[in-house]
Amino acid sequence: MFRFLNLTLNGVSLGMIYAAVALALVMIWRATRIVNFAQGGMLMFTTFIAWDLAQRHHINYWVALAVAVGAGLVIGAVAERLLVRPVENGPPLNAVIVTLGLLIFLQALAGMIWGNAQAHSYSPAYSIVGYSAGDRTLLFSPNDVYIVTAVLIVVVVLYLLFQRTSLGLQMRAAAFSPEVARLLGVRVGRLLTLGWAIAAALGALAGILAAGTQTGYVQTVGPFDALLVYGFTAAVIGGLDSPIGAVIGGLLLGIVLSYADSYVSNNIQTMYAFLILIAVLMVRPNGLFSRSAARRV
Amino acid sequence: MSALLEVQGVTVRFGGLTALSEVSAAIGSGEVVGVIGPNGAGKTTLFNVICGFTRPTEGRLSWRGNVLRRHQPRHLTSLGIARTLQGLGLFPHLSVLDNVMVGATRHSRAWVGSGLLALPRSDGDERQLRDRSLRQLDELGVADAAGRLPAQLPYGVQKRVALARALVAEPQLLLLDEPASGLSSEEMRDLASLIRGVRDRMSVLLVEHHMDLVMEVCDRIVVLDFGRCIATGTPDEVRDDPQVLEAYLGEQVDADTTEVSGA
Repeated sequence: MFRFLNLTLNGVSLGMIYAAVALALVMIWRATRIVNFAQGGMLMFTTFIAWDLAQRHHINYWVALAVAVGAGLVIGAVAERLLVRPVENGPPLNAVIVTLGLLIFLQALAGMIWGNAQAHSYSPAYSIVGYSAGDRTLLFSPNDVYIVTAVLIVVVVLYLLFQRTSLGLQMRAAAFSPEVARLLGVRVGRLLTLGWAIAAALGALAGILAAGTQTGYVQTVGPFDALLVYGFTAAVIGGLDSPIGAVIGGLLLGIVLSYADSYVSNNIQTMYAFLILIAVLMVRPNGLFSRSAARRV
Repeated sequence: MSALLEVQGVTVRFGGLTALSEVSAAIGSGEVVGVIGPNGAGKTTLFNVICGFTRPTEGRLSWRGNVLRRHQPRHLTSLGIARTLQGLGLFPHLSVLDNVMVGATRHSRAWVGSGLLALPRSDGDERQLRDRSLRQLDELGVADAAGRLPAQLPYGVQKRVALARALVAEPQLLLLDEPASGLSSEEMRDLASLIRGVRDRMSVLLVEHHMDLVMEVCDRIVVLDFGRCIATGTPDEVRDDPQVLEAYLGEQVDADTTEVSGA
């Protein structure tokens, strides 16, 4: 029972990180109907920037985080404006190829700057020593509290932005019918750029949170690719169109993966993600929280 | 009275086809102008030119005395022109109130700065936008639909919502593209009184083939036929214009008016 509780807590903490990545993917999907495969590369790159600042130059964790989030905003905006905008009206496959190309480009660029071979560690913001319950130690540390809180705050802020502000309303309108929105004076292009920027910044946060969970996490290829796979799985479980679905999908995935790792075997973690994905899609082909089956792809 | 919008000698050719030929028209402030003509007369082309969808081959548009260059649909709202769409074009996943609020964004001062970073500060602006949108819905008698999704509402109500979304921008010129299509005769009467009701706030350009509506609400009518403007004048003048009678209106006005008086 205690083991079960520990695995659940651990799953929640991991799940929140997956949820953040999933949310970033969902935001871009809703705005431009593109699955941003470069998300893993973008958040890898911003995490490396933060790692360089925090670990090599011993700059404060929060400053490094802020710089990474800022870099995310810039990378997201530039990617949308320069790379995605030109292929936006073409066949969907073009956009997929462009984002894959960006992923490879970012991985290569990071390899040139920081080296490909090494795995670096990133000091977490808070202690990773678990809280103790009686004489036993929980698999839940102050850093896990920080992860869960940080993602929750971002989720709430994004919810308020989309549901309570006219900017969010315009973003939703632009996502649903860009042509009509444009006629009503909504500056659709700017909102798409903004959407990509916010998503990339959210990814930057997720990357840094993930980097602190494990020693040797920070590599140009590897863990961050897996993070994209988990985020994508979580997003699809949630229906790809639903921000709430992305968060719940992320939590679900995190918890189930945590159980599977411990109860079954921890050698085939990525495969569990696909098993869960297949299971969910067999029962609910459009994801758990999809609004309708009608979808243009 | 100076013209708000002036169309000067506009010609539109699509390849060998001349859709509009040297059409000129003017809309003064507070004026309701109707554009009529048989199918294929160029009504929609004229509408599209004014909206910026179609670039005229020759001629020009001017808005409050300034010639519009590189005119595009997305510039309309900032000029102070609002339009309705033939297909309604409501956002299906947004509530009626949200739909109208999108139309009011021209008046929202909150942009990324306040919307993103200082959420509380944009609150007042937000509430103002919401109130204004609700008032507009109320004015059109559909305030009780505010929380519903467009698809849950009857067509007539949806049309009012679309109209509310155009009106809430408080434009100086309202472009209506076949607003009466699909409406019952009772709804059409409501529409007529509505159009008359807004003319003290804005000018209206109406493209419509329901003759009785046009005759009832318009101050001036522009009659198009085969891309040419064959007559301009008050409803009475147009009705009696021999050229119009000959080219197009003759029987049809009689038929329509009998139909209406019979109904």
